[in-house]
Amino acid sequence: MKDQWYPVAMLSELGRDPVETILMDAPVRVWRDADGTACAATPEGRKLPVTEAYHHLWTSPGAPDRPLFDIPEARQPDRRFVPCGRVRVACSPLRAVENFLDIAHFPFVHTDILGAEPHTEVARYKAEVREDDDEVWATKVEFYQPQAAKSASGGVTTQYMYRVPAPTSSVLYKTSPPRPGEWDVIAIFVQPVTETRCDVWPWMALFDETTPQADLVAFQQMIFVQDRSILENQVPALLPLDPGLETPTRADMTSIAYRRWLKSHGYTYGAQLVAA
Amino acid sequence: MILHDWVLSPNCYKVRLMAALSGQDLTLRAVNLYPEREHLSDEYLALNPAGTLPILEDGDLVLGESAAILAWLGEGWLGQGKAEAARVQAWLSFAERLNATAGRARNIDMLGVPGSLSEAQKGGRACLRELELALSDRRMEGGTFLVGDGPTIADIACFPHVMLAPDGGLTLAPYPSIRLWTRAVRALPGFVEMPGIHRLHELSPEPEMETELR
Ligand SMILES: N[C@@H](CCC(=O)N[C@@H](CS)C(=O)NCC(=O)O)C(=O)O
Ligand SMILES: [Fe+2]
Repeated sequence: MKDQWYPVAMLSELGRDPVETILMDAPVRVWRDADGTACAATPEGRKLPVTEAYHHLWTSPGAPDRPLFDIPEARQPDRRFVPCGRVRVACSPLRAVENFLDIAHFPFVHTDILGAEPHTEVARYKAEVREDDDEVWATKVEFYQPQAAKSASGGVTTQYMYRVPAPTSSVLYKTSPPRPGEWDVIAIFVQPVTETRCDVWPWMALFDETTPQADLVAFQQMIFVQDRSILENQVPALLPLDPGLETPTRADMTSIAYRRWLKSHGYTYGAQLVAA
Repeated sequence: MILHDWVLSPNCYKVRLMAALSGQDLTLRAVNLYPEREHLSDEYLALNPAGTLPILEDGDLVLGESAAILAWLGEGWLGQGKAEAARVQAWLSFAERLNATAGRARNIDMLGVPGSLSEAQKGGRACLRELELALSDRRMEGGTFLVGDGPTIADIACFPHVMLAPDGGLTLAPYPSIRLWTRAVRALPGFVEMPGIHRLHELSPEPEMETELR
């Protein structure tokens, strides 16, 4: 996992003075040079690779052998882009992604917003590892939502697709309330701080011509903070990767595909391989 | 009345809660306090030179301090007579100390704001201990709330930071009187939630009971 790209800052907060953050147990300094180049380096002065994408600065403690994953929707000009800052969570970075993939928690954690009792049933859907792209995908996911987005004005059954293009990032596609034929995009980019701490950077690319930016940010921050206390109380703190232990329910199919995929690549930072 | 608001702010929530409990309508204007720091824009600094939220606008009146806003909204919640009103003031100042300690710990621990988490937590713990003592004394006199017979703006000012203290890594487990008091506040008619602060549900089962149920 050392050779993956990770988010370490929002581009809008980069200044001339280096700011220190922690990436996989090691301090990293980030800043923007006089000539406008974004930089990342260790305190000893070793320059790290950088990519500026999706309103964030990405770097790697190792040597990535391919570019950061593509989000084609980020190039669609009529979308609204909504970076939401960071939420720091005392949990494994992999657990943060796994929770993002799980719709079954909506009625209980995001009550009356992303879910509501008695609509707790998760219908059958498709979860797979796409070998060509080397990504985990879940498609044909459907869920009843009282307020699917800031732009929604009443309950609807929302369609979802989920995508895991990197071990600590996930992108979801959901029906856009103002444009039911299109997908809104919501992502979490997770910065692994340690194996049991992470900074989650939510980011959205929406169709919404009316809602003020601050309301869009607040909506997502509210949702994410609701997840935070759940994430911090998960036991064990590390994500178990031994599928033999699971008694899968339908809702867990994405999680199982995700865990298998992590295991097959040896993406084990924040995971435990032994029985829980 | 317009409240310039941020959904995750305990100080803004004080105002939303007071308005809800007293049946007053607010028009909420979301401010991108984090991450864009929009409250420090010229437009907001003109409304509140202190550079903080909440800000309340009621006609020509502009108030940029949560204690002042509570005083404006909280007619009937200010304490009865001089002595109670003075004690309410003391708790409003105490709420500022909570903001600077437990509130700060939450900003550091949850949003990665720079600062010493352990210092902020230490201060927060001292405040919580002080509050626990005061509330336990109150209970022995037969009181439920901080001042007088009923809830006042003193309770509303202190409640959010106390409830959100766990977000900053401070546990409420050692403080039984605080926990009872937070239940009393959450039971008030018209109570509203914010992320991290829930309305009262029926008693949740003990962990042992949950295993028995399975
Ligand atoms: N004394 C102020 C403090 C309010 C306060 O600290 N507000 C926080 C939000 S919860 C804020 O605006 N922080 C902005 C900043 O620190 O830049 C009050 O009670 O209204
Ligand atoms: Fe969630």
